[in-house]
Amino acid sequence: MTRDKITRSFQLHYKIKMLLKISNSSCCPTCFLQLVLPPVSTVMAGLLKRALRLRTALRCLCDYNMLSRSTATLSPVDFHSPFLTCSSEQVLASTRKLHAGADGSKVSPSAAPERLPFCRVTEEDLAFFRKILAGRTIVDPDLVEPSNVDWLKSVRGSSEVLLRPQTTEEVSQILSYCNSRNLAVNPQGGNTGLVGGSVPVYDEIILSTSLMNKILNFDSISGVLTCQAGCVLENLSFYLEERDYIMPLDLGAKGSCQIGGNVATNAGGLRLLRYGSLHGTVLGLELVLADGQVLDCLSTLRKDNTGYDLKQLFIGSEGTLGVITAVSILCPRKPKSVNVVFLGCETFEQLLKTFQLCKSMLGEILSAFEFLDSECMRLLNTHLKLPNPISDCPFYIVIETSGSDPTHDAQKLHNFLEEAMTSSLVSDGTVATEEAKIKALWSLRERVTEALTHDGFTYKYDISLPVERIYQLVTDMRKHLGNRAKSVVGYGHVGDGNLHLNVTSPSKDPALLAAIEPFVYEWTASCRGSISAEHGLGLKKRNYIYYSKQSQAVALMGNIKAMLDPKGILNPYKTLPDNLKHI
Amino acid sequence: MSGRVLVGVKRVIDYAVKIRVKPDNTGVVTDGVKHSMNPFCEIAVEEAVKLKEKKLIKEVVAVSCGPQQSQETIRTALAMGADRGIHVDVSGKDYENLGPLQVSKILAALAKQEDAQLILLGKQAIDDDCNQTGQMTAALLDWPQGTFASEVSLEGDKINLVREIDGGLEHIKINTPAVITADLRLNTPRYATLPNIMKAKKKKIVTVKPADLGVDVTSRLEVLKVEEPPQRQAGRV
Repeated sequence: MTRDKITRSFQLHYKIKMLLKISNSSCCPTCFLQLVLPPVSTVMAGLLKRALRLRTALRCLCDYNMLSRSTATLSPVDFHSPFLTCSSEQVLASTRKLHAGADGSKVSPSAAPERLPFCRVTEEDLAFFRKILAGRTIVDPDLVEPSNVDWLKSVRGSSEVLLRPQTTEEVSQILSYCNSRNLAVNPQGGNTGLVGGSVPVYDEIILSTSLMNKILNFDSISGVLTCQAGCVLENLSFYLEERDYIMPLDLGAKGSCQIGGNVATNAGGLRLLRYGSLHGTVLGLELVLADGQVLDCLSTLRKDNTGYDLKQLFIGSEGTLGVITAVSILCPRKPKSVNVVFLGCETFEQLLKTFQLCKSMLGEILSAFEFLDSECMRLLNTHLKLPNPISDCPFYIVIETSGSDPTHDAQKLHNFLEEAMTSSLVSDGTVATEEAKIKALWSLRERVTEALTHDGFTYKYDISLPVERIYQLVTDMRKHLGNRAKSVVGYGHVGDGNLHLNVTSPSKDPALLAAIEPFVYEWTASCRGSISAEHGLGLKKRNYIYYSKQSQAVALMGNIKAMLDPKGILNPYKTLPDNLKHI
Repeated sequence: MSGRVLVGVKRVIDYAVKIRVKPDNTGVVTDGVKHSMNPFCEIAVEEAVKLKEKKLIKEVVAVSCGPQQSQETIRTALAMGADRGIHVDVSGKDYENLGPLQVSKILAALAKQEDAQLILLGKQAIDDDCNQTGQMTAALLDWPQGTFASEVSLEGDKINLVREIDGGLEHIKINTPAVITADLRLNTPRYATLPNIMKAKKKKIVTVKPADLGVDVTSRLEVLKVEEPPQRQAGRV
């Protein structure tokens, strides 16, 4: 009952807002109400009654609601009042201004598309969910709100239902029901994604895996860990470290991200250089398909060549082909000796030569090779008060070695550092062997993202390029943008050829966005690079897929999606471009 | 005035490591556990190097008492800027029973041998939390002591010191030679830069035995039992 009252009051609020937009009035709805209400209260009441009747009628038909055209980025509740057909175009124009091009006419490819004709959640649906998930069906707007907004606070959905299953069986029941009722579902893990893929665009039901956090099994001989998809990465790391193992992936978001989400987005991270991607380390998955079918591919075998390797399709599918409910992953032994080196280089060419020297002299003990530029250091100093451990240089490198013998590693490292210093590849540096100092040096690389959020609104780009050309993009972007941007920084996994290019401005700036995109994507495509190396496509980059993939490939992706999820209920509006026919 | 400073550095279990008690309750597990320089000793080394950079003293000598691995700790001090190191070799049972009294006797003997003008130590070690070595050393040498120093400045042959005490900050002036123990806010230890790390490999570390200094390291204390603290019970609101 209360929920209906709230929706009604919101509707009235927005009805008034729209009337105001038509009349070009700028006073707030409540003022308008006070001004207008006494003489026309009966008119308002009549309008409201008519609105409600129309709304219920439309709902029952589950017809295509031509009038809900808000972008997911703007309003907390999307405009779905059905009675002001004539003014919807004006509403459309005003709500799309955010991602419009400089001339205000085109819609940016990263803006949300129109709402697809999924059904809306009814009381009967809620009753069903409450029956399966007693106490874990959340409709309180304050509790649902954090799951509606992404980590960057750049996109916001308007979901009203958050479901928190604890078992695969519950997920299966939920999906089977939603498939039959044509209700869209947004699977959500730690909600740390950076491309708007983890939050609803409209009113998709949020299916959170947060309560599916049990570790099912750990085999200490083979190092295979089997756990539910909602286990937080850092907790898995702690669990494994006690048993002398580590997770094969590590990223800055480890305190919040969940392994299911990591697998669904094929997360890369800081250890990819050494342990490879999830495509290699994940041995098995348990999934629930769109129709509720449970697909048990949860093998713990290292080698199994029996038929097509289905799990590879779901790794990196971003929740659009199935919901991952359990993962079995191969974990490496915890290294006995870890060293972190922080170096400074004068030019990017020297940085690349240092990388080659590193690979030849450190070889198998190299476990990470990251870089950041002097702009990043400036942001770290200014916003997070982290001091520079060495003298100021244009480029900084973080190198990590992991091995089983401290003496052997120290000797190799010493030889490498001596060579790097005597051949002047490196102008300054420091080494850390102690836990505390290692954490301090790593935080210089891991907290750049945090420092950027303090600098202003951030435009993030995650690009894969041929290693020699990585920094060229940053310098070209700086020249191209000139004074329009506050800071342009480059950092990332240079060892994997992955650049994180970030541009900040004091506030959201559509003109700046128009200058950055599609320049950055065209530049990337000209080197045959990837427009999203590890962040995925999500909502924001789905339409740019053609910069890195041929249209035949994308068409085949669409066919696979149609086969596995014919109604398109799993994480709609994400990953695949809008021009593919879904339903 | 020799202008020589003796800095004591202790090799302790790294503060970030989770401590485990040995199954036989005789001590904590140290095998295979990450060790590093005591944080307060790092601050002492940093202060000594700063004084050398200000040209107020001429030489910094790093001293450590312990087994072979203590040399790594001395090397870290050398990488931070110390000039040479002295390793007092104490191993096995003697090392397990080594406490502040024996260490202070060793430091006193070394101070006389090296003709030191100043002894800089950390205020306490993070493994035993004794907070006694500095005070005992000063007493054995009959030197003034400035403990819990958060500010040190040399003025001729006197030292101005600010001490952090329970009541606030105490300003004192002491004569040299003296013993100073470093507190947390004295300075922020520097990262050892690569050129210094390379140079440190070539600096000399001399090994001596306590007997050479005329010090008897037998302990008058006996550890009866080491236990974990009781497990925290869940609270109730």
